[in-house]
Amino acid sequence: MAKRRVVDARGSFCPGPLMELIAAMKMAAVDEELEVLSTDKGSAHEIPEWIQKAKHVHIETVEDNGVWHVLVKKTH
Amino acid sequence: MKILIVGGGMGGTILANNLARRLCGELRSGKARIIMLSASDQHMYQPGLLYLAVGRAMPDELYRDQASLLEPEIEFHVDPVEEFHLDDNEVKTKSGRIIGYDIIVIATGSRPVPDEIPGLAEHAEMFYTEESALKMFKRLQSFEGGKVVIAMGVPHKCPMAPLEIAFMLHDYFLDRGILDKVKIHYTYPVGRVHTLENVAKWAAPEMDRLGISYETFFNLKEVDGAKRIVRSEEDSETDFDLLITIPAHRGMEVIEANGLGERGWIPTDRHRLNMEGRDNVFVLGDTTNLPISKAGSTAHFEAEALGENIAAIVKLGMPVRDYDGKVFCFIEAGKDRATYAMFDYQNPPDPKAPTRAVHWFKMAYNKLYWASARGLL
Repeated sequence: MAKRRVVDARGSFCPGPLMELIAAMKMAAVDEELEVLSTDKGSAHEIPEWIQKAKHVHIETVEDNGVWHVLVKKTH
Repeated sequence: MKILIVGGGMGGTILANNLARRLCGELRSGKARIIMLSASDQHMYQPGLLYLAVGRAMPDELYRDQASLLEPEIEFHVDPVEEFHLDDNEVKTKSGRIIGYDIIVIATGSRPVPDEIPGLAEHAEMFYTEESALKMFKRLQSFEGGKVVIAMGVPHKCPMAPLEIAFMLHDYFLDRGILDKVKIHYTYPVGRVHTLENVAKWAAPEMDRLGISYETFFNLKEVDGAKRIVRSEEDSETDFDLLITIPAHRGMEVIEANGLGERGWIPTDRHRLNMEGRDNVFVLGDTTNLPISKAGSTAHFEAEALGENIAAIVKLGMPVRDYDGKVFCFIEAGKDRATYAMFDYQNPPDPKAPTRAVHWFKMAYNKLYWASARGLL
């Protein structure tokens, strides 16, 4: 399995999980998977919404013990 | 114990002075030394650039001699680091000196990189350097009306600046008597007008009240100067007559050149503030990779926690407390009112309605900052 880039945004109010992901996208390679860890349940909806607008791929979202794991792939 | 601080900005300066006071006995007896290396003999109060850009501050108000801010026991040199040899506990400076240390703190800050977006540097105004803030003010003074678009990149330092510049531009045009000829259009990278939910809940109705339009999920992609259009990664675009930008940032080139962190962001433990994998290398301020605001107050509170811990390492051999993620940001809501957001890793902010009193508190802090830099406030 390819190594995932983990974006640990637990406890991040500012910049927040989505902004952390947008910043991390700049460092990721095309086709790289990124896993955002977030304690903010709003990001479980906001991240996939942005991913769709920016034409990347949302793979899945899993909640585990109060932490949302949002898995996405950079497509361009 | 030789403590080397790399960077003479807000975080490095507050840390150096904090440590000098905590270790005064050790410094006098020679058991400890504090050495600071910086690229400049001047210390700039960066939050003042916002006021410079709208003609409410003069450039000379933003600077003090760095040496004048430091406790006398601190050995200060204008000789920036060019190479970090962390395995050997030493650095090499621009002048060629090799300086060894027992503990190093990297506080080199961050820089805007407008050139990463095609057309942005050429066609947008920004206020994140003295030169660009003055250029922006001159441009504003000659602007007679049209659509002003605010657009930004991620990450950027001073997360409140996008809102502040929108509200201050409103009052600037109002004072010039041309607000009826100006349309301010604010764009923001995530799905609300600010990444902090409670701040966005306050700011959006305020923008509605002031007639500032806004567009969310807008991440800068390119600027077409000929057509005067700015385009987003989300395939939207908006036309402009005047484009104001807060560009994406990177850490300083020396951090990237030495392989310390991607895009200059050093992997840092969020509580102990040490560089991941290294017990005697600490990081504070903008150059960490922490999921936290890149802001002066962040550097300030990190410096206080780190000062306590490094002093404890010298005296006890171990750190004593964790940094809790504390951040405090003023939010100017125009020329004469402000609010603030205070939060940490556990507690989100809950900003109240802007008041004149908080604005005057910010005005006072713009002057009192120099006491903070000296570790007194």
